[in-house]
Amino acid sequence: MNANIERANAVRTAAPRRRRMPVEQVVINLFFILLSIVVLVPLLLVVSISITDEQSLLASGYHLFPKKIDWLAYEVILKSPGQMLRAYGVTVTVTVVGTIVGLLLTAMIAFSISRRDYRYRRITTLYVFFTMLFSGGLVPFYILVTQYLHLKDTIWALIIPYLLNPFYVLIMKGFLEKLPHEVFESAKIDGSSEWRIFFSMVLPLSTPALATVGLFIAFVYWNDWWLGLLFIDAPNLVPLQLLLYRIMNTMEFLINNIDRVNVAIDLSAFPNLSARMAMAVLAAGPMMLVFPFFQRYFVAGLTVGSVKS
Amino acid sequence: MQPMGWIRREWKHMRRNRELFLISLPALLFKLIFNYLPLIGLVIAFKKYNYAKGLLGSDWVGFKNFDFFFKSDYAFRITRNTILYNGVFIVLGTVIAVGLAILMNEIGRHWLKAYQTVLFLPYFLSWVVISYVTLGFLDQKSGFLNGLLGSMGFDPVKWYQDPQLWPFILVAVYLWKSVGFSALIYYAGILGIDSSYYEAAKIDGASKLQMVSRITVPLLTPLIIILFIVAVGGIFRADFGLFYFVPNDVGFLYATTDVIDTYVYRSLRVLGDVGMSTAVGLYQSVVGFVLVLSANWITKKINSDNALW
Repeated sequence: MNANIERANAVRTAAPRRRRMPVEQVVINLFFILLSIVVLVPLLLVVSISITDEQSLLASGYHLFPKKIDWLAYEVILKSPGQMLRAYGVTVTVTVVGTIVGLLLTAMIAFSISRRDYRYRRITTLYVFFTMLFSGGLVPFYILVTQYLHLKDTIWALIIPYLLNPFYVLIMKGFLEKLPHEVFESAKIDGSSEWRIFFSMVLPLSTPALATVGLFIAFVYWNDWWLGLLFIDAPNLVPLQLLLYRIMNTMEFLINNIDRVNVAIDLSAFPNLSARMAMAVLAAGPMMLVFPFFQRYFVAGLTVGSVKS
Repeated sequence: MQPMGWIRREWKHMRRNRELFLISLPALLFKLIFNYLPLIGLVIAFKKYNYAKGLLGSDWVGFKNFDFFFKSDYAFRITRNTILYNGVFIVLGTVIAVGLAILMNEIGRHWLKAYQTVLFLPYFLSWVVISYVTLGFLDQKSGFLNGLLGSMGFDPVKWYQDPQLWPFILVAVYLWKSVGFSALIYYAGILGIDSSYYEAAKIDGASKLQMVSRITVPLLTPLIIILFIVAVGGIFRADFGLFYFVPNDVGFLYATTDVIDTYVYRSLRVLGDVGMSTAVGLYQSVVGFVLVLSANWITKKINSDNALW
């Protein structure tokens, strides 16, 4: 698969441009430029609102370009960061721990079922993927976590349920099947245990795969509100996305937090509308910045995962 | 002695595969706890669940939970909404994504990357963040769209009070978030097509359009069908975040925005009707399972190479 892509790319770049109809190229490029603008406008709107002066928002509504730039919303949030900072802390912890443990768990089982000589390969594969087709639904899961595992209002409730996703096992397995299995054979003959092979040969050889799947898992944790919505009531464990949801309709508790800190603003002039959007920008921002750098890993990962299933 | 012999032989196999089995064990246990144990919890669908009496102690009520649900007005409404939305998502999403992927394959690599990054970007925003984006557009008083309508001399629209508008809004938001990702999957599929087909076609004097309809689309069909079967299996599962956060859980809009998943969540968390929400979840799982089996069976009848298993 990867070899195919490289070959296709080589052909594509080697093909002389002249042979293509320039008009056709121009039209398609124009189309994509327009489409890109359409896709970006909604994001631009949110950023624009977040840096617009509150009075101007109240008087003339939201615009794609701020009528009067004012960074007050960010200033207020960053100067009284109690809630926000705690939510960042929760989300970062959950993302880091969840990604590391989840990635290890995913790679381990993917390694076993990627081995053609593993006797229980088929049954294990079926066992893992059956759950994609049939599940108990929300309520049994909810009761399991709250009544039997007693994870409600603990940080584990935000981490454990997402540790293993069959879809990522599938992608990982696709990668691992391409590793040179003869090398593992000879290592085994030389007396290496499977554990040693896994940790000292397989993991170092599959860093691109680990990066792809790891990023997918990290995005899942970063963007999650579902587990928080179900299991978190304690204010000090609210993750970023859930905090964002809770302030959708009321900025009140942000306002309530303000009197304790040294922000010299009149509460009636609190930048409600812009602060709301500024929170959204701050919640989405880090991932948006990271994402373009890792995009090529995603493309490679998707290629293998989608075609090999 | 025959059964003993079988056990002894299997034990020997087990010992030889011991290490690979142990490597997969953590994930197997995880699946057992989070995916297989909850299946037992499905008995709640036939009980009047009582937190104090627990799973096994609660009283049996037969099919009363199902009866209650299917006789309510909600059963038809949420089933219809879920299937119609997902149906439209599958059809429009696939057509647009395949179209975009084909166009992507026609242009130079340099700009393509930028377009792909932009189109892919919304995929990594959480639904909570996206609900802020839609609020920026649809807010009745200061929203961008009402501002636009106002400047053209139209009356403002009460977006969050008119259920008729929401099918369009939800489809647009869904496509905006997801189409870049699916287009990338299909583009990866196109890259996987052996370039010698195109070279041969070029020598034979085929036009671009012919190459697309005779080579690209037929060779992409297996991938389209695989993703289609998976999507049909999930047609009974709605994307909770889209239907819960984007309409902001506004009761006025339930006629066109309430789907099975949001209904189950509300029954559990707001109404506290554990038995009925389990029953609805079971209904959802069983129908989804039957659908994916049938989709796969039909595909197999038509062309056995394209089936998932």
